[in-house]
Amino acid sequence: MRDDARNLAPLQKTARWRRAELGFWLLPVVSYFVFPENLLLLSQIAITGLFCLSLDLILGYAGIVSLGHVAFFGVGAYAAGLLASHGMGDPLFGLAAAAASAAALGYATSFLVLRGADLTRLMVTLGVAMMLYELANKLTEFTGGVDGLPSIDVRPLFGRFAFDLYGRTGYWYCLTVLFVLFVLARRLVNSPFGLSLRGIRLNVGRMPALGTPVNRRLSAIYTVGALYAGIAGALLAQTTQFVAVDVLAFPRSAELLLMLVLGGSGTLYGALIGTSVFMTARYLFSSLNPQYWQFWLGLMLVLIVLFARGGIMGGLRSLMQWRRGKVQ
Amino acid sequence: MTVVFDGIASGMLLFLISVGLSVTLGLMNFVNLAHGAFAMLGGYVCVTLLKHTDVPFLATLPLVMIVLALVGVVLEKTLYRRLYAATHLDQVLFSIGLMVMSIAAAHFAFGDNQQPLVLPAFLQGQINLPGVDVGIYRLFLVVLGLTIALSLELLVRRTPFGAKLRAAVDNPRAARGLGIDVNRVFTLTFALGSALAGLGGALGVEILGLDPGFPLKYIVYFLIVVAVGGSGSVKGSLLASLILGVADVAGKYYAPEFGAFVIYAVMVSMLIFRPQGLLGRTVAH
Repeated sequence: MRDDARNLAPLQKTARWRRAELGFWLLPVVSYFVFPENLLLLSQIAITGLFCLSLDLILGYAGIVSLGHVAFFGVGAYAAGLLASHGMGDPLFGLAAAAASAAALGYATSFLVLRGADLTRLMVTLGVAMMLYELANKLTEFTGGVDGLPSIDVRPLFGRFAFDLYGRTGYWYCLTVLFVLFVLARRLVNSPFGLSLRGIRLNVGRMPALGTPVNRRLSAIYTVGALYAGIAGALLAQTTQFVAVDVLAFPRSAELLLMLVLGGSGTLYGALIGTSVFMTARYLFSSLNPQYWQFWLGLMLVLIVLFARGGIMGGLRSLMQWRRGKVQ
Repeated sequence: MTVVFDGIASGMLLFLISVGLSVTLGLMNFVNLAHGAFAMLGGYVCVTLLKHTDVPFLATLPLVMIVLALVGVVLEKTLYRRLYAATHLDQVLFSIGLMVMSIAAAHFAFGDNQQPLVLPAFLQGQINLPGVDVGIYRLFLVVLGLTIALSLELLVRRTPFGAKLRAAVDNPRAARGLGIDVNRVFTLTFALGSALAGLGGALGVEILGLDPGFPLKYIVYFLIVVAVGGSGSVKGSLLASLILGVADVAGKYYAPEFGAFVIYAVMVSMLIFRPQGLLGRTVAH
């Protein structure tokens, strides 16, 4: 007979796929047929969703604060873009190269990031991203600077599906990559490894006593986060066939944080929902009132932090609990 | 030599703006990314006073500080206070929100042009010494910066208020138990930090310029100063500002092709070797 501490049933329950999740993944498929004119926007949402997911892994699950996550996105975008503009435009090869280079950078910088406390981490992540931005901005003969990489030519996917102007191939490509990586991330966070990360976030002093190598775990998840971000960057480069220095710019990191808190950090779906809501809202509002969109953005951030720290997922969860309470 | 002097002067300006942040972030442990917004507001108050009234430049500075202190008190009592106990991440998000709002508000109120500022005649011009060209305004900044650094250091180390502040930061519960009104101490400190930010912003118009993008453009520099200088250390901030000022000016002068790369490289390497900052205090939390 197992005692309670050994009872893993609640953990196994969260690891099982629920019906609502299947419904959630039907949405992008339905959107393809309902909004055929907006496929480019939908692809952007899928890409940014993946990027947001990568931040969620390191911030929401492991509690590593980062203001410079854009560094990995940018490295991935440049890796894929450079390959494609030098005649090696196979998309999957580009993804692999982007993932490898972003992960290598993530692994190397993880040791810098792990040295300090929150504030130092903020500054080091920011500093690394800014250094890369400056490098990309100055090495114009290599990166094209603000004008972007010249002549990015992405080959058809599997040699058969060319990337068309309407973004049909691009959309399915991004969506499939997002889904596959999401499933992997889902397994990861529900694995003992993922649970140890949550333990580290909740009580970093206690985890070594349980035998968890804290720094090794953190540097591993930071690398995974970087890898995901790199793939997101590569997707952007390949589907838009354009890479300029703004893939490394600071506002992208800040917006990403906003999307994550909006959806609710520490839940994988929060990252995706936050991104979808944010990007759709920006699409709708910026055409109405472009100049003051920023103001409402800032206000939204302030209000979320003050009153709705759980974001949309937190709101949904308390709604569910309230309903369950009423039924009983 | 001129490079060194200009570097010191620009470091001093950096210090003047970021010492306010060193007060709120360093002493009160609040990551206030909206600090640049306070500095920008100071700049706009100064420019508006000069444009619409006859107040001379030097007299606008105390006015700027008073206005900003009041703004600081209001914001502290309504918003910031709720987040003292929050995580650093929440504080970052909250203050990024405030910063973005301030940028949009400045766009709306002042347009996106650079604001002109004419210095009074006695602050213009240069003194030419052998080997060094000393801008009078820059000299003024250096003197003012040193004065403020000294008075702040005295305020924090030698006065009863400073003692209360240090007690309130290190252990708010025990400080309350000793009859210190911690909330009031924090409000006053925040007001002081905002006033200093405003002063720095007003002084910086001449060198850094003033447009709605100001908070975002320079926040990195202010944060670097505080992070590198070490939490809550006036001396550390001063030292860090000077190092960064000289490195920045020298970098732009000798290796312009690297641009701001130098300053980030300096920051990252400093933080790697001294994660606590140059003269950081280690506070037990």
